[in-house]
Amino acid sequence: MKRYSVFAIAKEALSHHMGWERAWASPLPKKSYDVIIVGAGGHGLATAFYLGKNYGITNVAVIEKGWLGGGNTGRNTTIIRSNYLQDPSAAIYEKARSLYETMSQDLNYNVMFSPRGLLMLAQTHHEIRGYQRTAHANALQGVSTEWISPQRVKELVPIISLDGPRYPVLGALYQARGGTARHDAVAWGYARACSAMGMDIIQQCEVTGVTSEGGAVTGVNTSKGFIGCKKLGVVVAGHSGQVADMAGFRLPVEAVALQALVSEPIKPCMDVVVMANTVHGYMSQSDKGEMVIGGGTDGFNNFTQRGSFHHIEETLRALIETFPMISRLKMLRQWGGIVDMTGDRSPIISKTPLGNCFINCGWGTGGFKAIPGSGWAMAELVAKGEPGPLAEAFNMWRFKEGQFIDESVAAGVAH
Amino acid sequence: MLILECPYCGVKAEETELSPGYEAHLKRFGPGSSDTEFEDYMFARKNPKGVHFERWRHVYGCGKWFLAARDTATLEVFGTYAAQSSAPPAALQDKIKAKRPDWKGYK
Ligand SMILES: Cc1cc2nc3c(=O)[nH]c(=O)nc-3n(C[C@H](O)[C@H](O)[C@H](O)COP(=O)(O)OP(=O)(O)OC[C@H]3O[C@@H](n4cnc5c(N)ncnc54)[C@H](O)[C@@H]3O)c2cc1C
Ligand SMILES: [Zn+2]
Repeated sequence: MKRYSVFAIAKEALSHHMGWERAWASPLPKKSYDVIIVGAGGHGLATAFYLGKNYGITNVAVIEKGWLGGGNTGRNTTIIRSNYLQDPSAAIYEKARSLYETMSQDLNYNVMFSPRGLLMLAQTHHEIRGYQRTAHANALQGVSTEWISPQRVKELVPIISLDGPRYPVLGALYQARGGTARHDAVAWGYARACSAMGMDIIQQCEVTGVTSEGGAVTGVNTSKGFIGCKKLGVVVAGHSGQVADMAGFRLPVEAVALQALVSEPIKPCMDVVVMANTVHGYMSQSDKGEMVIGGGTDGFNNFTQRGSFHHIEETLRALIETFPMISRLKMLRQWGGIVDMTGDRSPIISKTPLGNCFINCGWGTGGFKAIPGSGWAMAELVAKGEPGPLAEAFNMWRFKEGQFIDESVAAGVAH
Repeated sequence: MLILECPYCGVKAEETELSPGYEAHLKRFGPGSSDTEFEDYMFARKNPKGVHFERWRHVYGCGKWFLAARDTATLEVFGTYAAQSSAPPAALQDKIKAKRPDWKGYK
């Protein structure tokens, strides 16, 4: 891999930038690998990356039915934060957030991480209590967040209207180190680094079956033929239930659509991320000047990557109250992704009934921020066969034992 | 936009008049059941990419719960039926089979 640098740009300029090498190779699958990861979203690619970086396992294939990063990783609104309530969540999301801080250097790829600060507005008295509690919990967990007054909110977000008729702003939970990153770049950066370690990223290759013998996986059937493996990691988000079904076990997961939209580009007007969870709306401004807006999920099982129009309407109706100046903005694009929701709305990083098969799923509406931490924890699980401290609480048997990681009640919206 | 016909009042209601209620025909387990039965009842869901039987409520109409058969991969609605049914009506199952020959049937 040729390193990207200012000198490389100067050098390549001499040949009119026609000499850049491809960021990653597109090989044909080998007969078998030590580890196969199904799904080249951020979580699958990060898992492969840390398998190589932390454990020296590089005979790895990442198999993707579409193009890498084309699932939820390339469809999300890129919010990064770690202000969760429960200890296991705070640990893994804070690990991820801290890895984001050095990701561009670690991958030699600019992921445009922008720790611009993030506000979660309290718009009901219930939320005030909830976020103050979270701020206390975060202090104990070593995650730096603070509870701030409406006046401070106004200083940070001059375009906000504090006294909307339905939902006035009563304060906010502020994480100064939260922010955004470029989602495609995260997938591309990991892919380039994995390819440089000699791993095979095989796109346009759908896994259609999982073969096993005596309780252990032997390989996968794909649209490019059978590929053998010693260990299998399933990291397919919305299609987790389908791939688990191929492997013969069930998951407490349902797939629903989550939508987002962006406005026409406007001049810089908001340099923090604002989430309003009571009204199910959140907004940030992209480097291009578009307002990036998201809302809640649709309420029915859906695999079509498109959602219902009235949810977008609801989100905008609510946001216009809090940000009156956006009421005349034209919306440019709107899209949806299929998110995997678990029974307690927390993810699963777990062993499975098959000895050498591991699953990472259930990140639902909020897993972009978790990509490096999740990959780190999943790589440890796959390499050692046992979960480390970051993954332990996220096993899939917690639903039987009633040991939920109940963030849904804590967060309302889980982005 | 989804349009479902309420089997009680006969109104062809569009989505904003309805409230979704996820998988239908769950078998309830309570005190005295095994851990696995209770876990399945609470959390295990079929979540098929294809034919799905599910609950809806005509919340801004007659207010009643009813059941529907819908394809989660295309959003096509096959039909709706009364909430009191313990399995999808045979006629509806036949209709789905005719449209989706690969469908493995209601289990
Ligand atoms: C509209 C929207 C907004 C969001 N906003 C945020 C946000 O602001 N902040 C945040 O933290 N999170 C957000 N999320 C959630 C976040 O996008 C996801 O949690 C995260 O991207 C999941 O990454 P992944 O790698 O698990 O899944 P994906 O990126 O979906 O990757 C899974 C891959 O598996 C592949 N696959 C599936 N089945 C097969 C098969 N049989 N064979 C081969 N490959 C297969 C898919 O093609 C896909 O590429 C949002 C999601 C959406 C949809
Ligand atoms: Zn009705």
